[in-house]
Amino acid sequence: MAQLTMVKAINLALAEAMRGDERVLVLGQDVGVDEGVFRITEGLLREFGPNRCIDTPLAEAAIVGAGIGLAITGFLPVCEMQFDGFSFQAFHQVENHMRRFRNRTRGRYTCPMVLRMPYGGGIRAVEHHSEAPEATYAHLSGLHVVLPSGPRNARALLRTAIFSPDPVVYFEPKALYRAFREEVPDEPETLPVGKGVVARPGKDVTIISYGATLRAALEAAEELHDDHEIEAEVLDLLWVSPLDSELISQSVRKTGRAVVAHEAPRHCGVGAEIIARIVEDSLMYLEAPIRRVTGFDTIIPYFSNERAYLPDAGRVVQAALETVNF
Amino acid sequence: MPREPLKIPFRVDGLSILNLNGEVDQALEPALPSNDLRRLYRTMLASRRFDERCLQLQRQGRLGTYGPSKGQEAASLGAAYVLQARDWMCPSFRETAGMLWRGWPMSQIMHYWAGCELGNIAPEHVNDLPICVPIASQCQYGMGIAWGCKLKGEGAVCLTFCGDGATSEGDFHEAMNFAGVFNLPLIMLVQNNHWAISIPRERQTISQTIAQKAIAYGVPGLQVDGNDLLAVIVGVREAVERARTGGGPTLIEAVTYRLGVHTTADDPKKYRTDEQVKEWEARDPLPRLRRYLIEKGLLDDKAEQEFEQSIAAELEQAASEYQQVKRDPAEFFDYMYACQTPELQREQTELRAYLQSQAEPEPADKPVRQPRPGPQASGHVSGDGNHAPKGDGRLAGGQRLVESRCNLRQSIL
Repeated sequence: MAQLTMVKAINLALAEAMRGDERVLVLGQDVGVDEGVFRITEGLLREFGPNRCIDTPLAEAAIVGAGIGLAITGFLPVCEMQFDGFSFQAFHQVENHMRRFRNRTRGRYTCPMVLRMPYGGGIRAVEHHSEAPEATYAHLSGLHVVLPSGPRNARALLRTAIFSPDPVVYFEPKALYRAFREEVPDEPETLPVGKGVVARPGKDVTIISYGATLRAALEAAEELHDDHEIEAEVLDLLWVSPLDSELISQSVRKTGRAVVAHEAPRHCGVGAEIIARIVEDSLMYLEAPIRRVTGFDTIIPYFSNERAYLPDAGRVVQAALETVNF
Repeated sequence: MPREPLKIPFRVDGLSILNLNGEVDQALEPALPSNDLRRLYRTMLASRRFDERCLQLQRQGRLGTYGPSKGQEAASLGAAYVLQARDWMCPSFRETAGMLWRGWPMSQIMHYWAGCELGNIAPEHVNDLPICVPIASQCQYGMGIAWGCKLKGEGAVCLTFCGDGATSEGDFHEAMNFAGVFNLPLIMLVQNNHWAISIPRERQTISQTIAQKAIAYGVPGLQVDGNDLLAVIVGVREAVERARTGGGPTLIEAVTYRLGVHTTADDPKKYRTDEQVKEWEARDPLPRLRRYLIEKGLLDDKAEQEFEQSIAAELEQAASEYQQVKRDPAEFFDYMYACQTPELQREQTELRAYLQSQAEPEPADKPVRQPRPGPQASGHVSGDGNHAPKGDGRLAGGQRLVESRCNLRQSIL
């Protein structure tokens, strides 16, 4: 057992996968000599050489396009987008090809590959470095979309993603990269695709969250317990595609109240889908309207104002109180 | 620190072997087996007749929008001829002749234009990618495939096709650039057919040739007469041999012309003159090759007639085949993931229930056609082609495969 940050845990997952399976390759800009701008790929070039940890020219679409071709020829590529905001320059390759090959060739060719990228705000970065585009990717059938929330599940989910037979977009909450350490077991772990977890059990209200925002949700639950005698159940979805409807449904039917929290914009966000599903299958169990705590339907402000934009525990507490006191 | 011309060594050749009258430059003429030449001619003819039949079928409402290859057959055919079966070919959508050479059944290509995904399943014996519609995007995965070939070190190469319009896209540039940087066994062949729907070649680039764009990537570039089958074969063969032996990528511009419509939804009279079309009809690759073969004593009226008859029969067979495949209207859910998600299962069940509720009972005497065996039948499930577990019975279809794919995942994890 080791106490690792998320950066180290993701690095470990990459190294373990590459060690255990020669088909696993890492490619992207600055992933080799520089070891990644966040040091995610530390040591990989040294251990696996330039044919498996590959510094590419600066072209996101080609990094993804190369990944698709490599996957088709039998490799398991892990492609890095250096930042969320740059992933759109590869978006057409994801949409037109990466997600479609299994479907359009009826399985003759598939794309078992991972598209990794740091996502979200909170690190006082320059513009285009703080986006939360998970709903954009979740809208594309053929992909799975996963957002770890801590070092241990980050390592397990990356292993799951790398060996998944389908393409996975893996969003790394960059605000949590070095925010805290967690015990990570010696042996590699995996987690099931599309299954969330109860991060904190409760009975009065369900707070549904994932990724970086899970910290705000857990802090809010603590505050609700300490100051308001409210026991909030916090769900960590981990996957936004496929969504764990069963987990959501079970919890909301128990509590009758729900708050959804994510930092991506509200309009057509993952929260909208979550609420639609609750309304479809558990409407009669609800005691109060569902509340959303999200980023706003603006462009995320430059970092001097990003705190105002990003959901924090206070906003989650307020929303939870509104549903409980409805 | 003077100002002086940089020494950038480069040479871009133009290659033409068969002139407009089918006369050959004997110094450059490749030694091709007679039987290959006859088969090449037959394939080019088959592609032309395929186009004509598909245009008819489209007018009859039996095919959707169709994009003919008329006039461009030599470019894809000559390039495909050079490849080995283990090589990879990534077509755009005007490579019918090349696909036929590689062994794609006519019915399969018709499926594609009839709006059925079965048209995307390459024959098992070749490593071909399906038709690609988004312009130049296939260059990128083709580059990745070439990379895979290089890493495997088995000597296979990858050939991608795109058009002159595609050279304006970022994907064209990025793929060529990566291929150069990583010295990949990639041949990027540009079918310069002079028109991207209504936009002429001159509006894509003011570069004198497309072949010279290779200079910027530090890779060999070559312009060939794309309507001259022999020039295409010689040019692509040179590039393939270089790629196979570690010499890296090549950019080839095949100068040709789209004699037909962009697609059946297009009216070229709006943007180009009949004079220009007539000028290019005189350079049509098909009569050129015919004259060459006749001159060599490899073709006569009788042989030509036999070709026409057998092609017509094949076309009839193909047209009847693709129209007879009976499809499960809710099968498209089955291929989104290796293991279907609960949400997709629910959606599929909903759709099936709805369709059933709307279905009229079938008349008892209606014949039920058996779909063809293999993955192109109406099977519900496909394998994991490039990552298939051993002995998964990929052709068998059915639930067993779903289980085997899910087990595969479990066993890896």
